[in-house]
Amino acid sequence: MKELEYPFDSVQILKLQKKYRKALLSDNLIEKKIAILSGSTIGDLKGVLEIFLLNNNIRPIFYEGMYNRFYEESVFQNEKLDEFKPDIIFIHTTNKNISQIPSPSMQEADVENLLNDEMERFRSVWRSLTERYGCPIIQNNFELMPFRIFGNADCYYNNAITTYILSLNERFAEYARKHSNFHLCDIHYLSAWFGLEKWSEPIYWNYYKYALHPEAIPLLGFNVANIIKAIYGKNQKLIITDLDNTLWGGVIGDDGIDNLKLGNETPEGVAYWEFQQYLEFLKQRGIILCVCSKNEEEAVTLGLNNSSGILKSEDFALIKSNWDEKYKNITAICKEINLLPESMVFLDDNKVERDSVGTFIPEIKVPILNEPMYYRKILDQSGFFESVGFTEDDKKRTDFYKANLARETTQLLYDNYSDYLLSLKMAARVEPFLETNMVRVTQLINKTNQFNLTGVRFAQSELEKFLFSENHITLCSRLIDKFGDNGIVTALIGEIDSKGLTITSWIMSCRVFKRNLEYMMFDSLVEICYNKGIKLIHGIYNNTGKNKPVQSFYSELGFSKINSSDEKTEWEYLIPKNYKKKNQVIEVLKNE
Amino acid sequence: MNDNDIMSAITATFREIFDDESLIISEATNQDDIEEWDSLAQIKIILLLEREFGIKFDVEKIGTLSTVGAIFNEIKDINKK
Repeated sequence: MKELEYPFDSVQILKLQKKYRKALLSDNLIEKKIAILSGSTIGDLKGVLEIFLLNNNIRPIFYEGMYNRFYEESVFQNEKLDEFKPDIIFIHTTNKNISQIPSPSMQEADVENLLNDEMERFRSVWRSLTERYGCPIIQNNFELMPFRIFGNADCYYNNAITTYILSLNERFAEYARKHSNFHLCDIHYLSAWFGLEKWSEPIYWNYYKYALHPEAIPLLGFNVANIIKAIYGKNQKLIITDLDNTLWGGVIGDDGIDNLKLGNETPEGVAYWEFQQYLEFLKQRGIILCVCSKNEEEAVTLGLNNSSGILKSEDFALIKSNWDEKYKNITAICKEINLLPESMVFLDDNKVERDSVGTFIPEIKVPILNEPMYYRKILDQSGFFESVGFTEDDKKRTDFYKANLARETTQLLYDNYSDYLLSLKMAARVEPFLETNMVRVTQLINKTNQFNLTGVRFAQSELEKFLFSENHITLCSRLIDKFGDNGIVTALIGEIDSKGLTITSWIMSCRVFKRNLEYMMFDSLVEICYNKGIKLIHGIYNNTGKNKPVQSFYSELGFSKINSSDEKTEWEYLIPKNYKKKNQVIEVLKNE
Repeated sequence: MNDNDIMSAITATFREIFDDESLIISEATNQDDIEEWDSLAQIKIILLLEREFGIKFDVEKIGTLSTVGAIFNEIKDINKK
C-alpha cells in the first residue's frame, strides 16, 4: 500500500488506520504473536504497528502489556503471557523509564553504580523473557532528554544526564552484539531524525502518559515493523537500478561521457556520487546490485568505468542494457538470479518506467525518486534492508551470484549435463545445526521461498531448540566448487516419532538449483536414518504459492503419494535394503 | 468559514477517526455517545482539527472539550482572534 511506504503522512496514518487495516486484511498472511511490554501508554502504537505489519503480509496478534508494567510482567510469574506464547516481544521503554538519573552532586563512582543497577534491572527482564519464551526480543534504547543541566558539557561530564544516557545506550548495544536474538530499536536515532524538541512535547506525557509525540508513533511503528519483517526474512535483497539520471546526471548516449554530472564539480554531481557510494556500501553488506537501462552496451561500460564514479561494472551481478521494456528485463533478472520480485527494489528517475514496472510486477518495491539529492534519503528511510544478523557470507554475496553466472557460461560448453556437473568439481560439507552455523541457517530458512517444501518459518531461538533435541535430525550443507565457496545453501529438519521420520522443513537456496545437492542431502539423511534404525520417511509439501518448483520433488526421489489436497500433499518412502546413492557428482567432505 | 463549514469539517474528521461513514453528530454529542471517544481518541481529534483548520488549541482547554459543541465553539473563538 503506497500510503504506508516512505515518505508516509503520519497524521493521515493516525487518522485512517482503521480503514487501512480493513483494506489490508486478507487470507494469505502469516500470523505472528507479538507481545508489547511498555513503560508508557501504548495507545495507537499497537494499531499503527499492525497496519505496517499487515503491509508486509504479517498478521499480528497482540498481547498488550499493562501501563508501565514491563518489568513486573517480565520478571514475575505471568500466566497470561505464558498462555499467549509470544513469537516476538517488543519492549517499548523510553527515558521516562530510567529508574534514577544521576544528580549533578554525584561522584563518578556513584554514577557507575547507578549505571550497573539500571543495566541489571534491564538484564533481568531480558534474561527472564529469554528463559521463559526464547523468542526474539526487540528493545528500544533511550532518546536524549529535552534538557541539559550542564549545557554543552552535558555530553561529557561523568555526572551528567546526557553522558549517562549515551553510556546506557552503549551497554544496550554491547548486549545486542552478544545476543543474536536481541534487536535494538534505535529511538535515540529516531527521536533525532523526527526532532527531539517535538518528540519530547510535554503535553502528551503530562496528560496522556504518551512517551513521545503522537505524530512520531507511525515512525516508531514503521521501524519496529521493519525489524520484525527482517526477522522473518521478508526484507529486500536486491536492487535493480537505471543509469541515466539515476546513477549519474545526464544521458550518456546523448551527452557523452565527459558531460555526465558525477562528482564534486556540480551540485547535482555530488548527489549522484553520494548515491553511488551509498549503493556500494549496501553491496558490501550483501545487497545484490543489477542494472536495467535502456542504452547501448558500450555506453554502459563507458559510463560505469567513469573515473569519477564509485560503482564499476564488476559491482553488479547482472547488467541488462537494451531497448526492451524494463519489466521484461526485470522478469529475466528474477529468473537468472532466481529470486522473487518481492525481494527486489527497482530504482528509476522516470515516472513512466516506474509505473510500468509497478503495474506489470506489482510485488516489486518501487520508491519514488524525484530529486537526485534525496535519492539516498528515500532509499535509506524506506526500511527495505533492515539487518538482523550479518554473516561472512553476506560480504561475498555478489561474488556468489557472479560465480553462478560464470557456471552457466561453462555449462554451454558441455553437451551432457552430468559432464558439466562433474566439471564443476563440487564438494559438500554436511553438518548438523550448530551454534556456529545458527545465524546463517536461520537466515536461509526464512529467506528461501522456491525450494521450500513446507514454508515453515522459524526465529533463531526456535531453531536453537533443535540443537539439543533427541527427537530431531538436522542437516545443513555448504557447497564448494571450482568457482568458489557458495556458503551454507541448504538445510533440513526431520522429526522422529514412533512411525519413522517426518521431514518438517527442507530448503535449498535457488543459487544452487540443479546441482544434485538435494540428492546428496537425501543420501545423507538416509544414511543417518539407517544408522538409527529408522525405515520410513514421511514427506510433506505445503503449497505456499511460491514453491511450485518442488511440488513433485518427493515423487522424483521415489516417494509414493499417500494424501493430497490443494494445500498439502503427503508422501512416504520406505528405505530399501539396497539403497543406491542418488548423488554421483558431489564429493562429500566429513567434518574434521 | 461559516458555522456550517466548521461543523461539516468536524463531522468529516470524526467519521474518519471512528471509521464510520454514517456517523451523525450534533453540538450535543459527547464522549458518552461515541464509545471509542476516549482520551487517546481525543488527542487524535485535536491533532487532526489543528491541522484541518491551521490552528492551535490551548493546552489547558483540551481536557474540557468533551462535547462536539465545546470543540465547535473553541474553533470559532480561535478563528475570531
